[in-house]
Amino acid sequence: MAFAVRLVNMETKLEKCTPLLEEAKYKKNYEKLKEMLTPPVKEIELRSDKKVVVLGGEYVLHRHELTYINPPPIAIDVDDTMSKEEIIKRINFAENFKYTYIGRELTLDLIAVRSVSNDPEQFKKTVGFVASNTSFPLILCTLNPKVMETGLSALPDGKPLAYAATKDNWSDMLDIAKKYEVPLAVFSPGDLNMLVSLAKTMLDNGVKEIALDPGTFVGASGLKSTINAFTMLRWKACNEDYELAGYPLIGTPITAWKMIDGDAQTKAWWELITASMLILRYTDLLIMHSLEGWSYLPLVMLRFNIYTDPRKPVAVEPGLRIIGNPNEMSPVMLTGNFALTYYIVSGDIEAGKVDCYLLLADTEGIAIECAVPGRKLLPDNVADLIKSTGIEKMVKHRILIIPGKAARLSGDIEDATGWKVLVGPLDSKDIPNFIEEKWTPEKIKELMES
Amino acid sequence: MKNQRENEENILGAKISELLKKFGEIILEDVEIEVDELELIIQPGSTIPIIKAAKAVEVLKKELAKEEFKKPIMEWTGKVVEVKIGATKSDGGTRDRSFVIGGETLPAFYMFEGLMPHPPVIAMDVFDMKISLPKCIKMHFADVMDDPAEWAKRCVEKYGAEMINLHLVSTDPYIKDTPPSEAARVVEEVLQAVKVPLCVGGSGDPVKDVKVFKKVVDVTEGERILLNSLNLDMKLEDIAEYLKNKDTVIIAFTPMDLDKARELNRKLYDYISKDRIVMDTNIAGIGYGLEYGFTVMERARIAALKGDTELQHPIVAGVTNAWAAREAWIKMDPFWGPREIRGPAWETITGLTALLAGADYFMMMHPTSIKTMKEIISALLEGSEGKSEDVLDWVSAKLG
Repeated sequence: MAFAVRLVNMETKLEKCTPLLEEAKYKKNYEKLKEMLTPPVKEIELRSDKKVVVLGGEYVLHRHELTYINPPPIAIDVDDTMSKEEIIKRINFAENFKYTYIGRELTLDLIAVRSVSNDPEQFKKTVGFVASNTSFPLILCTLNPKVMETGLSALPDGKPLAYAATKDNWSDMLDIAKKYEVPLAVFSPGDLNMLVSLAKTMLDNGVKEIALDPGTFVGASGLKSTINAFTMLRWKACNEDYELAGYPLIGTPITAWKMIDGDAQTKAWWELITASMLILRYTDLLIMHSLEGWSYLPLVMLRFNIYTDPRKPVAVEPGLRIIGNPNEMSPVMLTGNFALTYYIVSGDIEAGKVDCYLLLADTEGIAIECAVPGRKLLPDNVADLIKSTGIEKMVKHRILIIPGKAARLSGDIEDATGWKVLVGPLDSKDIPNFIEEKWTPEKIKELMES
Repeated sequence: MKNQRENEENILGAKISELLKKFGEIILEDVEIEVDELELIIQPGSTIPIIKAAKAVEVLKKELAKEEFKKPIMEWTGKVVEVKIGATKSDGGTRDRSFVIGGETLPAFYMFEGLMPHPPVIAMDVFDMKISLPKCIKMHFADVMDDPAEWAKRCVEKYGAEMINLHLVSTDPYIKDTPPSEAARVVEEVLQAVKVPLCVGGSGDPVKDVKVFKKVVDVTEGERILLNSLNLDMKLEDIAEYLKNKDTVIIAFTPMDLDKARELNRKLYDYISKDRIVMDTNIAGIGYGLEYGFTVMERARIAALKGDTELQHPIVAGVTNAWAAREAWIKMDPFWGPREIRGPAWETITGLTALLAGADYFMMMHPTSIKTMKEIISALLEGSEGKSEDVLDWVSAKLG
């Protein structure tokens, strides 16, 4: 039963129920369940010998209807006219990109190799070079079937995405995708009739793993078409069971580098803006060109936020955390249990080498600035927290430092707990200075006697 | 390279001949041979070779399927109320223009079904005292931050603010505790300085705000200002009753909780007509709870369009909250780029998130973010359809 509930909530996979797979009498049940649980947006797996990246696999149009499942991977491009140094620089950027946010590492995912030379041998060499220098799975980008084929021949292991079949090259690309058993992108900018016709052609001819690119237009000359196309395709897949729309969608904000006039910063800006809108409007993959940290930082955080399961608050356990080596006269501080609040506050305290006790009130995973007006930080709960954690036995003083953003509650917290309240800084980065100035023996004495 | 290839071909040819001599027949599996490339020198007297391509690639005659993409089928039964903010001379006020927001019958930017009846409004924040602001915002206003009227003028004249959000933060009992009459005077000064409609906010103290709002409403009678905001912590029977027969439009604020949003609206309906209420369901910046704000807003709008009458109000987004994220303003390792661009990126993307969830009224601060938001809105509402040739060759283009 517990397994069934987890299954329905998309928290586990059907294949984890091994008897279904192993025993012949369950075969029919397995197939039936498999069909019932198949997401309206099919899943595609890309592989290198070291990593697996999944696109699609989505069930719902709106996040609140269930949850989004697979965060859209982000690919950085290289092309076959770049020098080896340039290619290595771009691969290193992608591979080394890491940002730690509420205890998780946010990263980039794929390398897209483009054929600019249109020379099969040149492309083959570049693909081989890239593959031997990255752990990421690849996307091979060319509209020339000959070039695609030599590129694929340079990748004996792994499973890249072949990008792309169009209305002009579809027949050859179809053969190639079958021969090399790779997923194939179909690309039909601004023409959804052609996009689904190409998709149907692939499926009818035995290419089962496809992804759809309706074209990413940037700015006044077409952003509207792009937002419309992504919205309609995902709507049709999730709400109307329209099979031909039920494949991962490809967003290519990289087109900003073609469509937008101006300097590199302007192009990177519009690439970022377009990419962020596509994360909000159902893309399952992003292909990008910029190498700017300021561009990918908001993007990976936005992606993390939007793909967080709305059924579970991003919270940590309420209670007591001991930081450093506090003694009986060390400060006692209060904050909420929103995961981000906890990681930032504890990080700042640790960085400032402050030994202290940190109490995490159960604010239902809400940040302090919302928890105060939203009545999620309740003085009575703070009093219970003080009792249940036994902090009274650990310190001799009775002073509680509360967040500056909770200043309004200082009187009520004093009344409920019987402790003196000292209003702390508005931002936790100021805690070390605050403690240095306000937590002196004289000031403690003064407070306790007031 | 070429020599090497020729060499390989010769070796291959020689090997095939040798095998033929030995076995009389060879089967090549899984190869493709272009006939003009195949050259076999048959020795006189040897058996006639039989070459079978056992699993050659099938050449099927394929046809491109003809499939029509049909627009989604959807039915929405609800409609968001239209709310008018600001009064011109003909309405008995002194503003140059007024704005109507709301009126939607479709989710945000479903342009294939129809356009928004009224474009969203981008308003800029002004404070009644010098407050601490991120450097890259401050640089645009440093010389006017002591004078809210001049600050408002800068926003309208230089940065194209469609409305001004004047925040009377100094009235907070914990800050300056400015008395209501003095706060109201600042409101009058700003009304004199700019001709756009005005939104006036308090300090967030539920008791003090009631006193301040009454005075503000008195001095702005006839201007149809937007009041920011009424919430469940306030004595609504006092302030809502006071607003009953005024022309003020109010923001109903609730902290990311739709049950509370409905509850507050229900309470307000006893005093204030529906077309004078807009909702602030609360938004937070990227990394700081954006997903909660996004989903609450999107749910509110979808529910409204499905017929939930208690949520059929235009939505306000406090996009400036984006700056609570430290990544927007702290100095980071150079890898992450200058904060002068990280900050506006944060604010812009937070704004776009609210835009795509259904917000109608945006409170913003950074000039670059405001410019980009306006460009996006115009691209979506007035832009052209995409042309295939603009993007088709991105794959092979040399990019800067």
